[in-house]
Amino acid sequence: MAGTLVVAELSEGKVRKSTFSAIAFAKQVGAPFAVLSLGAGASEAAKDLVAFGAQKVLTVDDPSFKDYVCERVAPTVAKIAKDGGWDTVVLPASTFGKDLAPRVAAKLGAGYAPDINLVKVEGGARRYRRPTYAGNAFSWLEIATPVHVVSVRQTEFPAAEPSGGASPIEAVPRAPDDAAAARVQFVKLEVGKSERPDLGEARVVVSGGRSLKEQFKQVLEPLADALGAALGASRAACDAGYAPPELQVGQTGRTVAPQLYVAVGISGAIQHIAGMKGSKVIVAINKDPEAPIFQIADYGLVQDLFVAVPELLKELKG
Amino acid sequence: MKILVAVKRVADPDNLNKIKLSAQGKVDTTGLEPKPSPYDDYALETALRLTENGTNTKARLGEVVVVTFAPKDAEQMLRAMLGTGADRAIRVDATDDALDGDLVARGLKGIVEKEKPDLVLLGYQQAESESNEVGQMLAEYLGWPQATFVGHIQSEDDKALLVGREIEGATAQVRVTLPAVVTVLDKIVKPKSVQSKPTPATHAYPEGVRFAALMAIMAAKKKPLAELKLADVAADATLKVKYGAAELPPKRAAGVKVKDVKELVAKLKTEAKVV
Repeated sequence: MAGTLVVAELSEGKVRKSTFSAIAFAKQVGAPFAVLSLGAGASEAAKDLVAFGAQKVLTVDDPSFKDYVCERVAPTVAKIAKDGGWDTVVLPASTFGKDLAPRVAAKLGAGYAPDINLVKVEGGARRYRRPTYAGNAFSWLEIATPVHVVSVRQTEFPAAEPSGGASPIEAVPRAPDDAAAARVQFVKLEVGKSERPDLGEARVVVSGGRSLKEQFKQVLEPLADALGAALGASRAACDAGYAPPELQVGQTGRTVAPQLYVAVGISGAIQHIAGMKGSKVIVAINKDPEAPIFQIADYGLVQDLFVAVPELLKELKG
Repeated sequence: MKILVAVKRVADPDNLNKIKLSAQGKVDTTGLEPKPSPYDDYALETALRLTENGTNTKARLGEVVVVTFAPKDAEQMLRAMLGTGADRAIRVDATDDALDGDLVARGLKGIVEKEKPDLVLLGYQQAESESNEVGQMLAEYLGWPQATFVGHIQSEDDKALLVGREIEGATAQVRVTLPAVVTVLDKIVKPKSVQSKPTPATHAYPEGVRFAALMAIMAAKKKPLAELKLADVAADATLKVKYGAAELPPKRAAGVKVKDVKELVAKLKTEAKVV
């Protein structure tokens, strides 16, 4: 039947929050929708997906999906979309969704709207809007094929809230792997150790630039602790090795939109701003009054960060 | 090893905040210098590193072919890439309006079938459209493995690549048997990110991409640059996605400068109410 198939993102058998942004898209579009929970432990995870108003929650619980390999997952997603007659397949625009969606689109002969921040339905026609040119333009696109594949930007589609009810759970079979799956071997996952909230989901992000040098952690961690914040970093700080690569905020790093973003010693390169300008309140601390970050900051403090941050910490605690 | 690198010319990625909208509502990049999309430059650097011994970069040990879908004036970019070290270039004559990511992927498939590379490298996304789709679609059309968001590559005897995929908060290490499609992040041009078969593990490259020497630029004028028609590589030029007008996002107005930390905290507490 016509409607939307939401592909849930699972990690270690748990539903990732990004999934609820994809569900929010399905609810906005308005057509009936199903959620596909696919992975090792997918039937258990499906229980967290039944209260969102989906027509059904489909599960493919298979140990071979334990570690995500696109060439294993894509054929099953495409087959379920096709067999169910779903006209739209939506995924979160995380690295999972961005890796998987184009392969699924190619399998379905479908047009793909990547990383959208808005959808408009007008007289049956659907238009998608997405940030382009490092966030300096929003481009509108239409898909000319009957089936659409979409990935949605998590920061622009607030997570759907449970609306009650209990969607029926239905186990469905998997499709055979792509032949190419035999040429992919998942070796291991190296997880960056962090006790802090996830960058993409934190209410507050404290981010540092290259000028922090070897004192990156020493200066910023106490501030992040005081604010209950996730730590972020500029590309320059990551490249120089002062911050681990998983902290990078910007075009090639994470896109964040917290309630409060504190940019410490960050000049504000275009590729950094592209990853954080959706933040609700931006604070910039930089000793260079000409730093471009001040052009988008709600509150700018021109001061040496090594003086300002300890003082800020004292003031917050006091 | 033979590597095909797909590249795209874009408006100066460091000045994209200067774009305007035309009367028709299209993005107007007039005044911005055309440059290769940075991630494509990184893909080329990766290809060069994989086809040489890092301790003797003068000796080429493989073949690197760069390909773009663009009008004739993009040949300047291809010439520059030949100067940097690519061995051959192919330009498929097309304008952006006649292309979408799916058609580029199908066109690349046509080229791969003729060229038979062991590896196709692309930037993980291009700097204007940021679609992040061509590599994955190409892999599907070829029936090849794909590795996206790659920040580290180690060649295993040129038969397989051990790659590090940078995903949220973690690195997924994956082994792909060639031929395969790989898309790279900026981290791929760090000193020890790429290790070819003959390059010793201890070798460290200079940070970033290499630049062409003047002699090499002169010599590159003799390197082959082929021109193909879109119809030569893709039988069906139907687009699946059509871009319409664009809009400029609401500008974030600069806020206020506070005089000291005390004022900052007061504003955050009483005005913004975020702490």
